[in-house]
Amino acid sequence: MLNVKNLTCARGGMPVLADVSFVVDAGTALILRGPNGIGKTTLLRTLAGLQPAVAGAVAFPEDEGAYASHADGIKTALTVTENLKFWADVHGTPLPDSILEIFDLADLRDRLGGTLSAGQKRRLGLARLAVIGRKVLFLDEPTVSLDGFSVKLFADWLQNTHLAAGGVAVIATHIDLGLNAPELDLTPFKAADDASGGSDEAFL
Amino acid sequence: MIALLFRDLRLAIRAGGGFGLGLAFFLIVVVLVPFGVGPETELLSRIAPGILWVASLLAALLSLDRIFALDYEDGSLALLATSPLPLEGAAMVKACAHWITTGLPLTLAAPALGFLLSLAPEAYAYLLISLLIGTPALSMIGTFGAALTVGLRRGGLLLSLLVLPLYVPTLIFGAEAVRRGAEGLDPTGALMLMAGITAGSFALLPFATAAVLRINLR
Repeated sequence: MLNVKNLTCARGGMPVLADVSFVVDAGTALILRGPNGIGKTTLLRTLAGLQPAVAGAVAFPEDEGAYASHADGIKTALTVTENLKFWADVHGTPLPDSILEIFDLADLRDRLGGTLSAGQKRRLGLARLAVIGRKVLFLDEPTVSLDGFSVKLFADWLQNTHLAAGGVAVIATHIDLGLNAPELDLTPFKAADDASGGSDEAFL
Repeated sequence: MIALLFRDLRLAIRAGGGFGLGLAFFLIVVVLVPFGVGPETELLSRIAPGILWVASLLAALLSLDRIFALDYEDGSLALLATSPLPLEGAAMVKACAHWITTGLPLTLAAPALGFLLSLAPEAYAYLLISLLIGTPALSMIGTFGAALTVGLRRGGLLLSLLVLPLYVPTLIFGAEAVRRGAEGLDPTGALMLMAGITAGSFALLPFATAAVLRINLR
């Protein structure tokens, strides 16, 4: 479902990863591993289309990609339900109550985003992924500030709902999610220091 | 797109400063002018169109940097960019939301402030019409400026420097329309040109804004 071929991506005009190729079939996840600064976030942003690739190609069904990063996009002045309802409306999807239950947000539904704890915000940010119903997820450290119980909630949803329905996920993480998924270590793809590329970005 | 509009309006109301701030600023600037110029009604009534327009320009400028900055900081801009909503549409909706929270209240409050500046009675209708036609252009041009400076820390000052020169045509034609109205001349020409600027900016700037946002999101 997700096909990445000879992808080179750059950060600030400097290539960080070169010649990354992998295929993720429907119903499976791929875990990205590698030390800090190797380019996991850059790769995910490139896959999601937020920044252009220097070379190579990314292919997945159109309008099926969703990106989630450290920033959850939560509005502090809106309640939990309003935050989710907004993304549901933008994506034209319904907002079933069950999603609040899955992510243990039912008791928080009328709380303002600004009054949530870091972990609760994170759960709300992840619940957005369930609301928008996209098939190809690019997740950048989805479990930051989650406790063990919440990590399990999220892993369960990913495995039993998202992947089971034929979805795909590419996840950059440092912890063990307990998913039955292959891992890809990015260290061998580190771009050589003298590699060129992204020259037009240097002028922007 | 409607969802984004309602969200922005709701945020403007809840977070405060949306509806009130620009309007209060407008009020204070206009009230300060008679103090500075002195109580000569003839002089005041002559400069009233210009003062009202300059003040509404500055009031519109005040809240521009919030259009994209907050969404950029909390990550929603990146999420919007990957949503089915085209960024061009989002840019236009943001400009509309900005207009509803600043341009519209300014327009409605302007006649009352015209009274403070002893604006000629014939000019009130044209003041209202010119602001109604002109302030959407201020919001749209400002949205473009806000997109240009979105990733910058303290981009507010740079934003003013970028946007104010672009406001000049709207200011000239807006104040001119009110002045001509006050003198009993035909202000249609100025109003038409201003309407042209507004229509043109809404036709072109959403695309420019979206392009700039994509670059700033990289």
